[in-house]
Order: sequence, then structure tokens, then C-alpha cells
Amino acid sequence: MAVESDPPPPQPHPVIALTGVAKSFGAVRALVDAGLELHSGEAHALVGENGAGKSTLIKILAGLYRPDAGHIEMDGEAVAFTGAADALAAGIAVIYQEPALFGDLTVAENLFVGRQPRGRLGRIDRAEMRRRAAALFERLGVALDPDRPAKGLSIADQQLVEIAKAISLQARVLVMDEPTAALSGREVERLFGAVDALRRKGTAILFISHRLEEVHALCQRVTVMRDGRRVSTDPIEAVTTDELVRRMVGRDLSAMYPHRETEPGDVVLRVEGLSRTGLCRDIDFTVRAGEIVALAGLVGAGRTETVQAVFGIEARDAGRVSIDGRELRSGDPRAAMRAGVALVPEDRRQQGLLLDLSILRNATLTRRHRLSRLGFLTGGAERREAAEWTGRLHAKYGRLTDPVGTLSGGNQQKVVLAKWLATGPKLLIVDEPTRGIDIGTKAEVHRLLSDLAADGVAVLMVSSELPEVLGMADRVLVMREGRLVGELARPAATEEAFMRLASGQEHIGEVRS
Amino acid sequence: MTTVADAPDQTPSAGTGSTALDLILRFRALGLLLALAALIVITASVNPRFLGAQSIRDLLFAAAVTVLLAAGMTVVVLTRGIDLSVGSTLGLSAYLTATALSSGTPVPLALLVGIGAGAACGAVNGAIVHFGKVPPLVATLGTLYVFRGIVYFTAGGSRVNASDLPRGFLDFGSGAVLGVPYLFIISALVLAAVAVFLSDYRAGRDLYALGSNPEAARQTGLPAGRRLMTAYVLCGALAGLGGVLYAARFGTVDASAGYGMELNIVAAVVVGGVAIFGGSGTVLGAGLGALLLTVISNALPVLRIDQFWQQAIVGALILAAIALDRLVGLRAARALRRKASHVD
Repeated sequence: MAVESDPPPPQPHPVIALTGVAKSFGAVRALVDAGLELHSGEAHALVGENGAGKSTLIKILAGLYRPDAGHIEMDGEAVAFTGAADALAAGIAVIYQEPALFGDLTVAENLFVGRQPRGRLGRIDRAEMRRRAAALFERLGVALDPDRPAKGLSIADQQLVEIAKAISLQARVLVMDEPTAALSGREVERLFGAVDALRRKGTAILFISHRLEEVHALCQRVTVMRDGRRVSTDPIEAVTTDELVRRMVGRDLSAMYPHRETEPGDVVLRVEGLSRTGLCRDIDFTVRAGEIVALAGLVGAGRTETVQAVFGIEARDAGRVSIDGRELRSGDPRAAMRAGVALVPEDRRQQGLLLDLSILRNATLTRRHRLSRLGFLTGGAERREAAEWTGRLHAKYGRLTDPVGTLSGGNQQKVVLAKWLATGPKLLIVDEPTRGIDIGTKAEVHRLLSDLAADGVAVLMVSSELPEVLGMADRVLVMREGRLVGELARPAATEEAFMRLASGQEHIGEVRS
Repeated sequence: MTTVADAPDQTPSAGTGSTALDLILRFRALGLLLALAALIVITASVNPRFLGAQSIRDLLFAAAVTVLLAAGMTVVVLTRGIDLSVGSTLGLSAYLTATALSSGTPVPLALLVGIGAGAACGAVNGAIVHFGKVPPLVATLGTLYVFRGIVYFTAGGSRVNASDLPRGFLDFGSGAVLGVPYLFIISALVLAAVAVFLSDYRAGRDLYALGSNPEAARQTGLPAGRRLMTAYVLCGALAGLGGVLYAARFGTVDASAGYGMELNIVAAVVVGGVAIFGGSGTVLGAGLGALLLTVISNALPVLRIDQFWQQAIVGALILAAIALDRLVGLRAARALRRKASHVD
């Protein structure tokens, strides 16, 4: 990852500059006052917590969203993009975290879709297209067959296809949204080599990443965003990692992550040798009453797959899962519920809620048998119960009869939590409990998890947000490529220690272990 | 029709996994040909007259319109769409063409009327799907009834008789060269042209891209609206041309022309290996599918098999086609997972 940082020559205008950009979706203000300047030949990092507005900003750059307010200038002249085609024509290429390729088309066609080289009678010249694709891959130093279908390429290869595309477009601005989240160490190096070569030729790079060491290795300047606003832009040498984190979070960490002192009690959950073919292998761990244990790792490490097997949504291929010493049947979530396990899933819109049904119905869904008399739901009991739990969670809503789909992300999450907390679980599994919800609600959810643990509930949490993992968990179990690779207890749980385990780079700089 | 094989010439280094997939997909066209051959051989052995000139001519007459409409349907299905209104569009076009001809309009102009009416129907479908954001299934189910309603409204109870149409037009409709009907030649030429368009032109490739990954198409800035309109207008225009051919072949046209035809066309396309979720398939496959279904319906009476079985066989073929797609998809996914699980 060694990258020389030669300072870009001074230029009269940035290639692209955004000032005072605002964008709202309904009542949610994703961007309030965002700004950014990118110069030719610089790699510029954009950092911020999830929900800070980075993705919205990128989509504005890509021409997919139109800002409600603010200016975009290229080379000092105002521009307005009405669609992705405009942004591409202006030389802005965007690589998303999960590249969107056309699976049914060949790799070469993916590179040139919409602008394939043409020969006689305007017909596509496939030989020429293949030749150009091969030349691009050679330049990038990767062995990709231009004729194979894009379906089935690894994420790393898909990103290389996107980079090859950006090169062939002679992009002036290359935006990369968390490109390294799903890559191994060696793949990251290959990617950075390609990106740095582009930068030297004068492309402006916007690099979004949660890994601050990468930001330091690759970029010359860094912009911090928080709550839809630009907080600061500095040369990378001028700010330490700690300072960046402080600016990203922007508030007292202890308020965000309430501290609590509880003695862990008896083992509630014991997992031994849990395996699912191709997804996770030989997972062993325990969670005690009153303890918060986080299952952490990079995207694709197998965290969600593991908790799904624990709860029984998916059958396990081998291993034992027991609650209070009694084994749970594989692939039987109802047995898990009876044993006192609750799972708040990752994707609440798809798995956790019936969006068209009322808040009331959703909140009491897990209890409908106990709330019914002779098989009929009696409105009163249902209403009392729903009101009690949504109240305890400070959920904000109009009426209990409103469809859940009308609530904000944070309040939807509270309804999901209410639904499960009403069952009085011994073990609460939360998968990405604060994804896509605002920072205030986030703090409330954290406090709630803390309180539950203090009441003796065992909490197993999966989260991609490192500050949350490190701030909340008593123990952090780190997964990589489907295996449990280490455990960090609270004092030893630091960002660096986690990254070393999660990325498999025990010694940074050395070839992979 | 050599241009249809859009898969490039064999490269020795075709990547892992893709070769097996390639084979099965290529096997699809081959499988259709084999099924066709087997069916013809069996039928001919029961009754040799099945391979007589007259019998083959009848078969090709019957296939002409189906093949034409299957080509149009393929274009729409590739974009993740479907056009259920093709039967009604054909009926409208056939009736308007016949009426125009019977009132003395020159044949070329009447041809334009028929194709134009079809294209207009297609444009309505495209507009509802693209601008109205209505799912194609629902949009074209609606226009199926609307277009048919228009035909009934204009035709009332009346019909155009063969005696009202110009002699030359009807002669063309029943004529053949070397035993191949003109109508079938037209269908085959149109199918070849659509095949070249889909495989060798940017606009054609964009249709595959749109069906393969609409979100990526948006991010790549492909002109989705224009392409969708192209697909529906093309499908409509081909149904319109189908109406003209229908009028030429039968001479007598009333308001029920092409009634209930749409599901046969969808069946032909699916049997021909065009993925119903878009993004993959060829018009050659769809054409073969149409031919196969036509041969089945012509062969069963010869084989003295109850008409009821025809429906059951078509149904089984559709299920087999879909099962094959699913199998290919599952195998590819499993191969991928196995590969991903032991990276280095």
C-alpha cells in the first residue's frame, strides 16, 4: 500500500466543486450544507459515519439525484446533471460498493455498453471491442477474459471492470464508494496500484472509506462530513486518525455509548462447531446473561449467516446451539422463540416488518397467540401492549393504526424492537441495529440495549459500524471468511486490533499470513 | 440467419464455469432442433404424407404469423417486459388493413396502415409502462381488452370478405416459391433483421442490458425510456405486420381475428429459451420455439392424438424450459459459492 504523495500542481479551478448542497427525502434531510472541491491529480478522502450523507453526495455527483439547493461547478463553470448520462459525459465515473454490472453481457460489453466500437453499417465491431478490453486489462495488469459473462465475477474483479471502464471513458473524476469493504489485502493493493496510476495521469479521485489507515495511505486531502454537513477539509498530514474520528462522531463518545458495569451471569447461549457449507465454519462461542457480545467482520465475513443459523432461520450443517444448556433444533426458529431467543434482522424492511400493516399489528405480531382469546385477537389487549412498548421505546408516530411503512427508519426500528422485546427474551440477537437511522435514535437504541443487558438479557449484536461495536460490546468476536479468527475483550478492543484480525493482515506490509 | 449466433467464436481460454453454462445455453437451440426433428420423423413414419409438399406448406403458413409475433415478443421480454396485447393488436391491424383494401386503397398504403396501427398500439403500451410506471403485465393486459374493444367498436358485427380484397393481395397471401409461402419468407427475413438488430447494434444490446440489470442501466446512463419505447413499438409494429399477413392469408377478417393468440406467442418465446426475467435469449430460439409449437399442433391430428394433449404438451414444454433455466442458474450459483469459499 506504499503510495508516494506528490502534491498536485496548483490550478486555477478545481475539476469539480460543490457548494452549499442540500437534499431531502420527505422529512429526512440527508444533506443540509455539503461542500467538496476535487483537484486534478489528487486523491481526496470523504469520511463520515453512516448516515452522514456521503452516499447522497455521491449520487448527486453521479447525476442520479438532483440537489434541492446549492451549486455544482466544473472547471469554474456551473453545471446541472439531469441524469447519469450527463455526469458520465462530463467525465465523472462512479464505482459503487457493490458494482452494478450486466450479468448476462460479456465483460467486454460491460466495459463498452452504450458506446461499443462500430464498424460497417454501424454494426458493433466485436473483434475491436475485445481487443480494446484486453488492452485495458493488460494495462491494469489483471487476467480477465473479456469474453466471459460478467455473472459470477468476484466483487474485486467487478471493481476492476469498473475501473477499466473509467479508464476507457477517460474519466476526469473517479468516485469510489467503499471499494475495499469486501476485498482481501492483496486485492486492495492491486486496486490501489491501479487507482494511483490513474491519479498520476491527472484524474481526480474521491475515495470513500471507513478504514482510516487506507485513507492515510492513498489520499492527499480529507473531507469530514457529519449529519449532512461538511465539517472540515484538510491536507491528510494535518490531521491524526483520532482527530478524524472525533470530528466524524462529533459528540461525546460516552453519551453515544452508555457505559455500564454488570457482572455477567450464567451462560445463556452456547454455540459449538457451527458450520454452514460455504458460509461459515467451526464457530464456537458463548454469550452470558447481562453481556453484550458483538460479532464483527468485513462485509461477507459470514456474520449474518452465523446468527441466522443460531436462530434457525437457516438450517446448520453441523454443530450445536444451546440455550440454558438445552439444544435447539436446527432450522426451527419457532423452537428458538420458545426457548427465549429473539432476532431483530438486518433488513427490517424486508424481514422485520409488514410495511402495509399497522404499527399495532406489527408490534404485537410475535405475541398474537398470548393476546388472543379463543383464537380471536381482542383489540383492547393488543392495543395496551403495543402502546406500552412503543411508549417505552419513545417511538414517534401519529396513530397506532398507521401503516408502519409511513414511519422514519429509526421509528421503524423501534417497532421491530418492540415486537421482540414484548416476548421477554433471554437472548436478543440484533443484526445491524442502527443501520440507516439518525444519530439521536441511534443513541437511544444503544441505551436500550445497555438497559436490557443490565436487566440480565444476553445480547448478541452484529454491526458493521466499528465505533458501535467497540463502544457497546463487552467482547468482540472477529470473523473473517466464514471463520472466527479472534476475540477482543473491551480494553483490548481497538480499531487497529480489529482491522488486523478482520482483514487477515497480522503484520501490515507483510504478504498475507 | 447466420448472424443470430451472437456468441463469439470459441476461445480456448473461456473462463471457468462459463463453458459449461455456454454449452447448456447453446444446447438449447440444439435441443429445440432435435425435438423438432424427432417429432417430424415420428409423425412422418406414421403418416408419410406429413412430409408432403402440401403439408409442409400448410405448416409454414401456420408458422409465419407465430414466428413474426414471437420475434416481436422476444424484444419486449428481453427488457423484463411482456406484451399481452399482441393478439388484439393483430386483430386491429388485420381489420383496418382489410377495410382499407376493400375501399380501394393501394396495397402499399394499406400495408403502412396495418403496420402503423400496430406501432401505435405498441407506443401506447410503451408509454403506459415507461411513463405510467405500470408493470408491463398489467399494462398490456389492460390494452389487450382496450384494443380488442376498439376492433369490436369499429367492426360492429360486420366483416370484410375475401371477395372485397384485391386479387393480387390474396394471391400473394396464398402464393409460394419452391414450396415456401411468401408469408413465411417475409417472417424469416424480419426475424433475421431483428436478430441482427439485437446482436449487432448498440440499441439492441441496450435492451439486453436493461433486462439484465435495470439499476445498472440507470447508473450507466442508458436511455432507458427511449429503448423501452423502441421495444414496445417494434413489438407492436410486428404484430401489425402480422395482421396484414393474416388478412392476406385468410381474406376474410372479422373482429375476432387473432383472439387469444398472445399466450401462444409467450409460450413460443419461453420454450425458445428467452428468459422471462429478461436479459438473455435470442430471436432464433424464439422462432424455433414458435416452429416447434406449430409442428406439434399440426402433428397431433396426424398421430391421432386427442387435441387435449396438445395443450398438456405445450404446458409441459414451458415447465421444462423454465426448469432448465432454473437448473442452469442454480448450478452457476453453486459453482460460484464453491469457488468463493476457497479463495487462496
